[in-house]
Amino acid sequence: MKPIIEAAGLSKSYIISHQPKADYGSLRDDITNLLRRPFQPHITQGSSRETLWALKDVSFEVQQGGIFGVIGGNGAGKSTLLKILSRITGPTEGRAVLRGRVGSLLEVGTGFHPELTGRENIFLNGAILGMRKQEIEKRFDEIVAFSEIDRFLDTPVKFYSSGMYVRLAFAVAAHLEPDVLIVDEVLSVGDARFQKKSLGKMGDAATSGATVLLVSHNMASIESLCTRAMLLERGRLVKMGETTEVIKEYLSIASTIASQNLADRTDRQGSGRLRFTGVSLRSKEEGQYSDMVQCGRDLEFVASFTSTGNLKQVNPGMVIYAPTGQCLIVMDCEMSGVSLDTVPKSGHFSCRLDRLPLAPGQYYLNLFCTASGEIVDWVQNAVTFDVEAGDFFGTGKLPSLSHGGLLVPQAWSCGPDERDGLTPGGVSRNEA
Amino acid sequence: MELEETIQPSKLGDKPVESKPIELVIEPRRALKLNFRELWSYRELFYFFAWRDIKVRYKQTAFGAAWAIFQPFVTMVVFTVFFNKVAGIKSGVIPYAVFSYTGLLFWNFFSNALLGCSNSMVTMQSVITKIYFPRVIAPFSATIVNMVDFGFAFLVYAGLLIYYRITPGILGVLLFLPMLFLAFIAATGLGLFFAAVNVRYRDVRFITPFLISTFLFLTPVIYPVSMVPARFRWILYLNPMTGVIQTVRNSTLGEGAIQWGMLSISVASAVCALIIGLVYFRRQERSFADYI
Repeated sequence: MKPIIEAAGLSKSYIISHQPKADYGSLRDDITNLLRRPFQPHITQGSSRETLWALKDVSFEVQQGGIFGVIGGNGAGKSTLLKILSRITGPTEGRAVLRGRVGSLLEVGTGFHPELTGRENIFLNGAILGMRKQEIEKRFDEIVAFSEIDRFLDTPVKFYSSGMYVRLAFAVAAHLEPDVLIVDEVLSVGDARFQKKSLGKMGDAATSGATVLLVSHNMASIESLCTRAMLLERGRLVKMGETTEVIKEYLSIASTIASQNLADRTDRQGSGRLRFTGVSLRSKEEGQYSDMVQCGRDLEFVASFTSTGNLKQVNPGMVIYAPTGQCLIVMDCEMSGVSLDTVPKSGHFSCRLDRLPLAPGQYYLNLFCTASGEIVDWVQNAVTFDVEAGDFFGTGKLPSLSHGGLLVPQAWSCGPDERDGLTPGGVSRNEA
Repeated sequence: MELEETIQPSKLGDKPVESKPIELVIEPRRALKLNFRELWSYRELFYFFAWRDIKVRYKQTAFGAAWAIFQPFVTMVVFTVFFNKVAGIKSGVIPYAVFSYTGLLFWNFFSNALLGCSNSMVTMQSVITKIYFPRVIAPFSATIVNMVDFGFAFLVYAGLLIYYRITPGILGVLLFLPMLFLAFIAATGLGLFFAAVNVRYRDVRFITPFLISTFLFLTPVIYPVSMVPARFRWILYLNPMTGVIQTVRNSTLGEGAIQWGMLSISVASAVCALIIGLVYFRRQERSFADYI
């Protein structure tokens, strides 16, 4: 029997621009560049633009049935692969064949409109996911039952709590019954009980003949759900086979993935007497390093540098920012009580945060260094890293993605007013 | 991106072939032609997008769909007072109120459809980066809500005809919908082009309102075509909306004969706009998710 997914030499390139504010092109910029180009022919030569292969020559086959895992670090090309297979973006080279009806879930609740009611959004979202109106009508009661929001079916979803919203969105998605289902990380939403229910639903689909392609950062769910998996690294397919083997491979190369080369970065400030050449993150768990940045684990930031060698009063710093641009944690060498009178010509600064207090989410790191009060190097957004949910409080409960912000040890209690003279109702304590 | 459906014939005498009949091929090929079979299979999504826009259009407004009637009506009153009474623009045999409302009825449809179409990709950003559907259905479905508004505004138009005791000619009745269709082609043609440009250049957000307000004066909404010297009129007809509005005035209100030659210039330019818009849109389509 022919494989249900067949990919041959799939590649995708992006032209990336190193200018920090190049999110949207403006017509004016392009026109002025066009006008300037005849006079300054070398301005475009490699200085600010380069081709990045997000995916390079990826070939694989997936047989029908079961859940197939896709793992890899940040920027490994997982999302690009899913986007190509779900036809959101086209490949630059290569070819893929999918045999059967394809459904993709890169997000739950795609196209939900806040002004529409739950009922209306079930139809809208179902249609966007590729369900026929008839199908939606047929499964409508099931979807409502699964979502557990029946009381609010005719309330606009803008009044929903985030939990209700996610449950409704997932309920619709879970009733999609394609031959090939492409899923990206959506299992990381919702409360634990609902996650379990959704996982169960996906397992059901896989046993009834559907093929699921699942991308996840959560090694535990990949390991428990998938029989086979593939590992991507820097856009290339590194390994494919039994899930346990692939995960083992992933963990062994993981520590090199979270590092970022900074030597070629041109968008930096400072005198340049010291230059950061790279930054990497290491997380230590039971003596083993891995690139899983998890809250509650110790995390070490290592920034390598080269310098002129004659610097005095060197003070490196690292600052963690939220994606919103809000400064969250400042690591300042001098402030922490360590003064460096000199630094070698090449070396590294390292700073460890015990029990990383960042909630799950994405963060970025700025690096700076001063010598004798003068800025010698300053690299903004040196590395972007994801923090995975971890058992920060040691309670077995994971902080959820939606909470955001910082985690701090906390002690809760509840008691009656003193005049009641009753014994306290409940005390919880967490002062690790 | 091309979706190819190959129906595999089942072997004679054998039970139906086990393998799936649908085969989806993903390739970097850039086919410009529209896959009508695929579009047809997405007709329900087209309907749901339009339905959503209509549902949401007047949510949380106190007057609801009354706005669709109120806006053109008030504009007509203002135009009549200032351009007709004050500035003295004459509209020939037909009352200026009906004259300008005819123009406004179609002009409002055109300008709102063009705006909706141009913004359709950007407003659907979150969907476009997460799921596949033939992108081209979004700009088209964005104009449906404007047709509904047109329907409401038409009620006022009908009221005006009754009030001024104007009986539309038989050609007027027959040509009314084709003219709406011509306006639709012109709006979606330009709109598709702007929608594709908008993905990369948000400048479109500033260009379209500006273009629309400028083109109002280049379209005979306020003034009759007869005010323009005869030898320059064909230039005016390059603007499809001139053909639309003038033909409706000629045929429905009985203001002179229909200028078939001039109308064909408008039709040709609208069709050109649609072809250019579609081709450009199809060429850019595949990189939408990368740049939006």
